[in-house]
Amino acid sequence: MRALGVVPKTRRRRNEALLGYALVLPALVVFSVFTFYPFARNFKLALYVTPPYPNLPSRYVGLHQVAQVLTSSSFLTSFETTLLFSVMVVPAGLLLGLALAVAAHRKLRGIAIYQTIFSSTVVTSIAVTAVIFGTLMNPVVGLLPWLGITTTPPLLENPTWALPCIAVLTVWQGIGLSFIIMSAGLQSVPDELLEASRVDGASAWTTFFRITVPLLSPIIFFALVVATITAFQSFGQIDLLTGTNSAFLHTNVLTYNIYQTLLVGAGNPGKAAILSIALFVATMLLTLVQIRLLERRVHYAR
Amino acid sequence: MPAENEARRSHRRRQRRKWVSYLLLTVGAFIVLFPIYMTIVNSLLPADLIARRPPSLFPFHPEWSTYATAWSKGHLGIYLRNSAIETAIITVGQLTTAILSAYAFAFLDFPGKRVIFIVFLSTMMIPFEVTLVTNLSTISRLGWYNTFQGLTVPFLATGFGTFLLRQAFLQIPRDLREAASLDGYGNLRFMARVAVPLARPTVAALGVFSFLGAWNQYLWPLVVTGDNNAIRTVQIGLKQLQATQINQIDVTLAGTLIATAPMLILLIIFQKQLIRGLTAGAVK
Repeated sequence: MRALGVVPKTRRRRNEALLGYALVLPALVVFSVFTFYPFARNFKLALYVTPPYPNLPSRYVGLHQVAQVLTSSSFLTSFETTLLFSVMVVPAGLLLGLALAVAAHRKLRGIAIYQTIFSSTVVTSIAVTAVIFGTLMNPVVGLLPWLGITTTPPLLENPTWALPCIAVLTVWQGIGLSFIIMSAGLQSVPDELLEASRVDGASAWTTFFRITVPLLSPIIFFALVVATITAFQSFGQIDLLTGTNSAFLHTNVLTYNIYQTLLVGAGNPGKAAILSIALFVATMLLTLVQIRLLERRVHYAR
Repeated sequence: MPAENEARRSHRRRQRRKWVSYLLLTVGAFIVLFPIYMTIVNSLLPADLIARRPPSLFPFHPEWSTYATAWSKGHLGIYLRNSAIETAIITVGQLTTAILSAYAFAFLDFPGKRVIFIVFLSTMMIPFEVTLVTNLSTISRLGWYNTFQGLTVPFLATGFGTFLLRQAFLQIPRDLREAASLDGYGNLRFMARVAVPLARPTVAALGVFSFLGAWNQYLWPLVVTGDNNAIRTVQIGLKQLQATQINQIDVTLAGTLIATAPMLILLIIFQKQLIRGLTAGAVK
């Protein structure tokens, strides 16, 4: 007979394993149904054409449709727009967040108020931001008529200016998160290092570029990857501000293109699936490129 | 005396630096606050004053009725309630699945653990937009179109949350687990009584992130809620408000402020946790 209360080792192991599976199961079910299955199904849908009339069966066309979509000007322009948009949004957002975080990382009177102000844009959703800036860019009540400037057509109906305008509000909305991430990073930079550099007579610029930036590089890198992925998925501001005119206004980013292809008019799941795969591949490649090119330069303390 | 000169110069330099800091901070605050300030002003101005040039920079005769109009005509009461329910379900769900799975990855041994962990991480590489096509049809096949299940269930687990919490759990000393087990603590009790309380800053930060993310969602609520108001969230309500109140910019702006107020209060309460939790977590 075994001593009371002592469970044999093998059984304890088995129980531990069973508990482990049970604990990861809920998340795994959600991922399987709503992430992996739909992700994989894109590759099947891509090979089928849905006729533009309801209740007709979809038809297998193989890779023909893939080639057709990937060479279409609609896809190529929206891909280009997405890239251009990211270039406008990502560096500006990171720089602003970093600058504000460094400025607010000081023991000055009233600093807590500034910190609250800078992080506050995390609570203004993209819909709220779009409405706020839509008003500021309005041709009648906006800022430009204040300054006596009139643009024809108005900013948000102007193929040249619509995308930069949307980029401006996207950067503004991103300030909060960028600031919070950078501030969190700054807190792990030892104050003594910054102090020592100051005592040694280093100028603010030198301290910033020689001490702060290298020590912050893992965080900056993290923020860059997150910001790029977020920029690639921008949707709400486009839907609210340029909507169905997006193709004409050169604001038809990939996500908006997917949405339109899937839901506007008859809807075309096959084409939308191909665009989704393209979005995934683009996100993935961009992240990998960033990791390969930049991570070597990132300075890890450990 | 040179030393005294040196001291004076360094003092002057420090003073100058302080002013440069304040200048920078104030410019930043202006960039952030100006759009919000103009929104508040415009939401309170009578319609004929909004378009006046030069503009009014202060609402001397505020018209609070715009808020009442936005509230009643925009159905904001229902939408806010819907958003609150949606956000509560998603936040609680994400925290629960993340705590359970992160605990398994950090404290338990089971065959295939590494592979399953990589599977979890890989979900971060698949943007939700990529799965939109099929998720929409899955939801309608389940009969969940225009229901809270449809709105929330796809978001009840995140790879990011599991990852962040696992990192926090891994910082808990193993000895503590051994000691607790000598005291007769099973895994579930250890998780609830020791691991989660010790990882509280990260749990709080994750909670705030889930909350903000859920509240601010746009694409999914747009496609999965129907035309009736039953479960439409406040973000989509804003789109509707903007479309129907096209001539009443003040009402639309009042609506955006109503939609943002609950979040702003939350931020002011939880700001410290948010930053501290991030520092304690994966991105240290």
